[in-house]
Amino acid sequence: MKTGGKRKPAKKTKKAVVFFEVEILDAKTKDKLCFLDKVEPNATIGEIKSMFHKSHPQWYPARQSIRLDPKGKSLKDEDVLQHLPVGTTATFYFRDLGAQISWVTVFLTEYTGPLVIYLLFYFRVPFIYPPKYDFTTSKHWVVHLACMCHSFHYVKRLLETLFVHRFSHGTMPLRNIFKNCTYYWGFAAWMAYYINHPLYTPPIYGEQQIRIALIIFLFCQIGNFSIHIALRNLRPPGSKTRKIPYPTKNPFTWIFLLVSCPNYTYELGSWLGFTLMTQCLPVAFFTLVGFIQMTVWAKGKHRSYLKEFRDYPPLRSPILPFIL
Amino acid sequence: MNIYLIVFIYLFLNYASQNEDGSEVERTSRFSTTLPGVAHVPFLTPAVVQERRPLIVAVMSAAASGTSKAAHGDVAAKRKKGPGALATAYLVIYNVVMTAGWLVIAVGLVRAYLARGSYHGLYYSIEKPLKFFQTGAVLEILHCAVGIVPSSVVLTGFQVMSRVFLTWAVTHSVKEVQSEDSVLLFVTAWTVTEIIRYSFYTFSLLNHLPYLIKWARYTFFIVLYPMGVTGELLTIYAALPYVQKTGLYSVTLPNKYNFSFDYYTFLILIMISYIPLFPQLYFHMIRQRKKVLGHIEDYGKVE
Repeated sequence: MKTGGKRKPAKKTKKAVVFFEVEILDAKTKDKLCFLDKVEPNATIGEIKSMFHKSHPQWYPARQSIRLDPKGKSLKDEDVLQHLPVGTTATFYFRDLGAQISWVTVFLTEYTGPLVIYLLFYFRVPFIYPPKYDFTTSKHWVVHLACMCHSFHYVKRLLETLFVHRFSHGTMPLRNIFKNCTYYWGFAAWMAYYINHPLYTPPIYGEQQIRIALIIFLFCQIGNFSIHIALRNLRPPGSKTRKIPYPTKNPFTWIFLLVSCPNYTYELGSWLGFTLMTQCLPVAFFTLVGFIQMTVWAKGKHRSYLKEFRDYPPLRSPILPFIL
Repeated sequence: MNIYLIVFIYLFLNYASQNEDGSEVERTSRFSTTLPGVAHVPFLTPAVVQERRPLIVAVMSAAASGTSKAAHGDVAAKRKKGPGALATAYLVIYNVVMTAGWLVIAVGLVRAYLARGSYHGLYYSIEKPLKFFQTGAVLEILHCAVGIVPSSVVLTGFQVMSRVFLTWAVTHSVKEVQSEDSVLLFVTAWTVTEIIRYSFYTFSLLNHLPYLIKWARYTFFIVLYPMGVTGELLTIYAALPYVQKTGLYSVTLPNKYNFSFDYYTFLILIMISYIPLFPQLYFHMIRQRKKVLGHIEDYGKVE
């Protein structure tokens, strides 16, 4: 139905629908890839992606990046066509994001690895240590404790992935799974090798050191979990809304007063505890590298909070209170 | 080396008083074209000499900023992106010094050969300048980090640290390999490469890159790169038995940090890493060569 020129402009009863035309060009070559006519004005980018997928089955919606400008930012799936700064013939640019894999799949794979790998070293499976040690157990009780803590940590992460986290993005590039798994699995093997080694040396300050380390570790595990729950509760199921997180009744969330990303703060704390518990240099390296990466992420998140919310609490630091 | 520096300073001053077309520059405030954003050309990309106005003019005007004549030039210069006048002057000096340094090494090698009459043991005659100038290249990582050179910090870091590793952690640390001929092989390859590379950067920064230097930069590597790699691998291989015997840089269990490191295995892994890395870098340079030198040949054909 198209509006005739003779009709009086009726503001309330607008029965006439002006359909949009959408053309999709390749962002690099500017080739015309797809032309869609009779697109509803209230169609979302997500729906347009599905339509594009029909004409190009190799590009499923998750790997499409649709933008207004070849070098501009990607439009969101929720964006509505008529609210975008386009005429009735909209021109979009397409970039292929490459093969995609779901975040859940990546998380499950990258966390199951360390869980299994550590246990292989803990049980001293053959071909790792000299044959006379095969299937023996360590005589140091801290080694058993470390195994429990490490395993608990990764089981917690797996359960959180399945039941707690609400992801903004569905997918990430496929090559990330290889990168991430190499990181997690590699470090897990490296740490586990030394902690479960027959020649392992327990912490210098003995029971005292181990006790303090365990308290720190457990405290931070609970803290980390509390933050994940608090963040989950900010977002209704199935939505991608973003809100400022605030402290809740749970004391472990009071750290939100000082830090934007306390989940990373608690994660750092857990690994510091584990380093102290095992007194193992590879664990210290892992903690350091993880800290650097989390600081980069925390700074990015902090910056986007500041950009998005005018009234963002000024006292907060990205990851370490007052410091970083 | 002194003569080389004098020649360079002469060229430097020469360009200060000339436009690209050879006419004398007006020392007035009409420097409406801002500072050329000539980037310190990174190793793996073709020269991107774009601006017409010699950079040196802006440098000189910045230096003489006491007079009001040059004031406008300064203001206009600050708006342009890319390395500033000071940074570019520093980079020119850096590259000139490095070119001179590697020339010293080259001359040292030739003189030692002529004096001794054989190729053996030439390392000892250039040991100190080699260590000094190769280690000095670490500054290039800083240049990228600070932003006055548009290369990737990671890539530059990797390249420089691999050289530094060979200089200090292999050749310096394992004295027995210093008399090996393989050392001469990679030192020669490095010397010729670096002289060409640093002169290339120097001329690029001065906006006057002779085709010969560009051609040499993108052609000599064809021989020098495999030559250097062969020398490096043979040297590491020669060091292996001594490392294993003495347990150099190695840490064993048990210890209170629960850590171990076997330098012998580490060196073997380094050697293995050449297998995927070398072909990638080599063929990248070959592709760059086609891109950079290929155009010139095309223009030749058109005429």
